[in-house]
Amino acid sequence: MGLRIIKPDTNIDFMGQRGWAVVASVLLLVLGLGAILFQGGLNYGIDFAGGITIQVKFDQDIHITDIKKALQTDNLPEIRVQRLGLEQGNEYLLRISAENAQPEEMRTMVAQSLEGGMQTGFTIQRLEMVGPKVGADLKNKALQALFYAVLFISIYISGRFEQKWMTAGIMAAGLLTGLYVLGLLAVPLVYLILAALTITLGLSWYLQLNYALGAVVALIHDVLITVGILALWGKEFDLTTVAALLTIIGYSLNDTIIIYDRIRENLRSKEAQSLLQTVNQSVNQTLSRTLLTSGTTILVVLCLIILGGGVIHDFALALLIGILVGTYSSIFVAGSLLLGIGPTPDKEPEQEAVQTA
Amino acid sequence: MSGLHWRIVGAALVIVLALVYALPSLLPDKGPLLAVLPDKKVNLGLDLKGGINLVLGVDMQTAVHNTLDRMGDELRSEARQEEIIVLSPQVRADGNLHFVLLNEGKEQALDDLIDRYYSGQLQIQAKDTEDNRVLYTVAMTSEYRDKLQQMTIDQVLKVIRNRINQFGVTEPDIRRMQNNRLQVQLPGMEDAKRAVDLIQQTAHLEFQLVDDEADVDKATQGILPPGSELAYLQKRKPDGSYAKQPIVLKKNVLLSGEHITDAQVAFDQFNQPYVALSFDRQGSRIFERVTGENVHKRLAIVLDGKVYSAPTIQEKISGGRASITGQFSMEEAHDLAIVLRAGSLPAPVNILSERSVGASLGQQSIEQGIRSIIVGGILVLLFMLVYYGIGGLITDILLALNIIIILAVLAGFGATLTLPGIAGIILLIGMAVDASVLIYERIREELRKGLSPRKAVDEGFARSTLTIVDANVTTIIAAVILYQFGTGPIRGFAVTLSVGVLASMFTAIFVSKIFFDIWLSRRRPGSSLNL
Repeated sequence: MGLRIIKPDTNIDFMGQRGWAVVASVLLLVLGLGAILFQGGLNYGIDFAGGITIQVKFDQDIHITDIKKALQTDNLPEIRVQRLGLEQGNEYLLRISAENAQPEEMRTMVAQSLEGGMQTGFTIQRLEMVGPKVGADLKNKALQALFYAVLFISIYISGRFEQKWMTAGIMAAGLLTGLYVLGLLAVPLVYLILAALTITLGLSWYLQLNYALGAVVALIHDVLITVGILALWGKEFDLTTVAALLTIIGYSLNDTIIIYDRIRENLRSKEAQSLLQTVNQSVNQTLSRTLLTSGTTILVVLCLIILGGGVIHDFALALLIGILVGTYSSIFVAGSLLLGIGPTPDKEPEQEAVQTA
Repeated sequence: MSGLHWRIVGAALVIVLALVYALPSLLPDKGPLLAVLPDKKVNLGLDLKGGINLVLGVDMQTAVHNTLDRMGDELRSEARQEEIIVLSPQVRADGNLHFVLLNEGKEQALDDLIDRYYSGQLQIQAKDTEDNRVLYTVAMTSEYRDKLQQMTIDQVLKVIRNRINQFGVTEPDIRRMQNNRLQVQLPGMEDAKRAVDLIQQTAHLEFQLVDDEADVDKATQGILPPGSELAYLQKRKPDGSYAKQPIVLKKNVLLSGEHITDAQVAFDQFNQPYVALSFDRQGSRIFERVTGENVHKRLAIVLDGKVYSAPTIQEKISGGRASITGQFSMEEAHDLAIVLRAGSLPAPVNILSERSVGASLGQQSIEQGIRSIIVGGILVLLFMLVYYGIGGLITDILLALNIIIILAVLAGFGATLTLPGIAGIILLIGMAVDASVLIYERIREELRKGLSPRKAVDEGFARSTLTIVDANVTTIIAAVILYQFGTGPIRGFAVTLSVGVLASMFTAIFVSKIFFDIWLSRRRPGSSLNL
């Protein structure tokens, strides 16, 4: 026989702890959003804010203050220095925000200053410059990506969770009409995204798509907490962060789908049992799958963080946080949400026909 | 057992096909096998190969300005031939062409001329009459503006492509983007500064006479004789930088770079590189006449507004040859020859974004990525083996197959593998076991309910299939959106993620069922299922 981490008859009272889960989630949300507000918004990387980054690798261990000192010369604009990846990599990222700084000019001047001020050899490994126009474009693209993610996933969820594609059609039609009208009014994309979320939540509520409602709320919960933790950590937001967030959206939904499916299955087949018991039982039944998949995924992402090098480090870190949050939420939050809203009323088609007749 | 043979044949076919396409990328460069395998290898992105990615913006405003400016000069000389006097045509800040007609009586004649030569191109916006003079305001029509933009972009694209081809970058990728932008990708190019100089240089070459009678000191204070302009002669200093020496030139351009047919690096008697030019027939005739008429005067060679040299004309030069000396370094002379051969840019280009990665960092990223794949992969393989026994072994085989399918699809369809793409493969190793885990946990549950192994396996697969497909659809939605809106490296992530998710569904649902069916059929009857 293979190993078992979770015994088959495990019955941990996760839902009994949902008070604590609410406290934990609210705390994380407040901390994260507080950090964002305190910084005066998200800390954008050059993809969105524009500017120049230069990645330098030093031949020997050096101290970050030495680099800063070497770069404090009259002819250079202000340069922010940060370590890239793990300490032993000796890779540093220099960020120049000054407008109109010419990339190749900066490369030459930074190289000269480092040659003069540092004792050890170095290589300029990478230079990226994003002008204000391209930065604005990329920001717009990222917002569009988030917008379409919200749109498609909302439509998919409303159809998928309820097995009622008619209702999903109504949902999609409502969503698209609302957004089309807002689009005509030239509402900025950020508000369009918020509107899409609101319409989705409102329609799910109105059409009593409770599984869909729970899934969307869980999703918003996961993404907001991940963004908050990244902000708290002082990480920059760029295109790769958005890519990580979209991946996390997919991953976290995946978990929610599996748990909700089990809840529905248990509700249909089981003899009278309270909703709380059913949800608890379902979370326990899927617990070993949840932990196994998260475990292997976290394992490989950790490998990427430790071995993958500086360039991919922050991407892997965002994935790690997202997966941890997603795992927590699929055990504690998704079920609790359904307890709060109640499952979608399971009407028999015949009954429906009789009622409308 | 129904159809098991056919399923085995189907799976085997996919596996063989995947191996055929994946192997060229995995094997070393030489070997007998490579002769029979397809020669497509996985295409590496710039972040792994090293190279430069530039987004260039073509400055259309300047292009329109320059064209209007030229049209103004043409209009003046065409009018002169019909004895209409047009004064001081110039393009002002409003983007329109302004000029003055000297004699009010010729107004109709001038309007006819504009209509004849510039119909569809220019449009008279306003006319103000003021003591027998008419002040014209003329705008470019929006149709012609569109056409001009189109032509300018085409020309810029052609010139840059030409320059890069002549420079000799392997597999450059130059393409047009929206909003008058171009994207230039130069894989393997290490010297970003040189690449930017090569691409960005307008390379507008002009020959102008030096106005030796003008007072240079006065000129620097802004007092210039009519028809002359101030320029600076570039003097190369030993450290490679340039000193600027003021020089006064006659405004009239005698010959320009469009007549150049060839430009080559040559060496003088001191082994100093210079650029030797050849002109076409018309250019040769002009050059012969100009040099013949101006013996003992100085002729300035002006490139992009900077004077490179201003030698004295010793005698009439026939044969259509000239040279640009300027104490160049070898590289500079080489690149200058290229830009002169490839032609000048019709409008300035601005670097809107630049991403350059050194080949060493690319190599380092590949090594670190592969190391992460190997370590993460081995850990997951071991874990699955320990946790699910033979079932784990099956998952491990599927996992290896997944990676081979990803590589095969990347190579077969010519997709690009980037560093985030490698991260996608790593992530997938962790996520791909999910499908197996879902099936196995379900089988374990069914076994606990007391079902026979055969029944439990069938139930387990049947009940998990829909869940697996569903759960993966969300990841594919996310990946498709990322592909649509992402830039190069992120697209690589979207590709490996979606291909990997599809592959993992195929292997977990289809291939793994085959393994289980074989395993069940060979099992001693009545023995338990070791899962």
